[in-house]
Amino acid sequence: MTFARVALLVLRKDVAIEVKSREILYTTLFFAASCVLVFAFALIREGRPPEEGPSGILWIAIAFSGTLALGRTFERERYGDTLRALLLAPAPRPAIYVGKLLGIVLLLLVAELMLVPAVALLFQAPLFARPLLLAGLLGAGTVGFAAVGTLFAAMLVRSRTRDVMLPILLYPITVPVIIAGARGTSALLLPSPDEATALMWLALLVCFDVVFVTLSLWTFEPVMSE
Amino acid sequence: MTADFDSVRLIDVSRHFGRRRALARLSLGLSRGDIVGLLGPNGAGKSTLVGILATLVTPTSGDVRFGEAHAGTHGPAIRSRIGLLAHELHLYPELTARQNLAFFAGLYGLDAGAADAALERAGLADRADDDVSGFSRGMRQRLALERALLHEPRLVLLDEPFTGLDDRATGLVSERVRQLAAKGAIVVLATHDLDVADGLVTRVALLREGRLVEDAPAAGGLRARYRTLVGTR
Repeated sequence: MTFARVALLVLRKDVAIEVKSREILYTTLFFAASCVLVFAFALIREGRPPEEGPSGILWIAIAFSGTLALGRTFERERYGDTLRALLLAPAPRPAIYVGKLLGIVLLLLVAELMLVPAVALLFQAPLFARPLLLAGLLGAGTVGFAAVGTLFAAMLVRSRTRDVMLPILLYPITVPVIIAGARGTSALLLPSPDEATALMWLALLVCFDVVFVTLSLWTFEPVMSE
Repeated sequence: MTADFDSVRLIDVSRHFGRRRALARLSLGLSRGDIVGLLGPNGAGKSTLVGILATLVTPTSGDVRFGEAHAGTHGPAIRSRIGLLAHELHLYPELTARQNLAFFAGLYGLDAGAADAALERAGLADRADDDVSGFSRGMRQRLALERALLHEPRLVLLDEPFTGLDDRATGLVSERVRQLAAKGAIVVLATHDLDVADGLVTRVALLREGRLVEDAPAAGGLRARYRTLVGTR
């Protein structure tokens, strides 16, 4: 069994389940939209949004809704103890991790397709001024956040306190992703977008991705052993 | 790559979960054609032992040998020869029976034909495209059994396979187990159903408080032996 084939099988299975149930997609979208709306009601005064707010609000919404999606995705594997069946297959176990990671990244990217226009509209933020750079920041940030989150969510799947433990473990480690994503996005929202600064934060995010995806691939098998 | 084996040996295997001892210095040999009834009260260590045989649980000490191979060094190759039906059925209720089997067939490097054949064997060919969430417990159990046997495993681990089955389905599963053993599989059957196990198993391994208290050929009168060795039931 090739690594890529197994990862794609797991991804395809997750997508098939989500297409049928739409449970995680709808809850993630609803939660992300609620988050942005709450910030909009709180921070927009007389139609004037805060200048520094949109990038932080965008990344907070991504992080919070991402945590929700991570928990629900692995709850699904816990229900019929299917994670054990996946681990029993003769497939490379890191490929199972990659399949789950791709599914979560895909889900979050769909959520971001709704989130970015919503933040741009509500906060009058020029998020589409440098679309490629923004896409790069969002893509790299999402991969980094999901890489760590997928490993922790898989580790905690058998723990009774998983719902409490996931954010406690996840947020301290992914703080660099949130900071880099928010600062990089802020640089793009300046009256004259600061591309050099955005690129610097993007490079940092890519480094984070490389380090944490590598670490996760390396540690997935041992941490999943009972 | 596969690593076929004719026997499985557990040598002085212990497993602790924190301070709790689940298995203590257990040694057991299993050979082709055996149907080993793994019996014992709740908490005796049956599921832990099944987990260790499935390579999903690592022993705290001791050794498990699949033929001459070791799970630590031949993990995927050994796993390709193990089939597990656990108490939880390892099925995705949102997917259809066919999608479930096709997914697991893919993980084992099998084509879609294997999934169709398994659906026939489970007697669910006419419900192949229905979601598993709409199946009765018995139908799910039959599907889960065929999922576990998709890749014709050498070592078949069945943890309470008769749960939720009516008499007819229990008979069909028992017959399937006999066929597997006749074809050379090593079948380990963890169950509390002594009446079904009596007459089906060829060997009895009785566990109590993590210790193997009997390992002997089955010779009828299972309930009486169980009562003597383990206590009232």
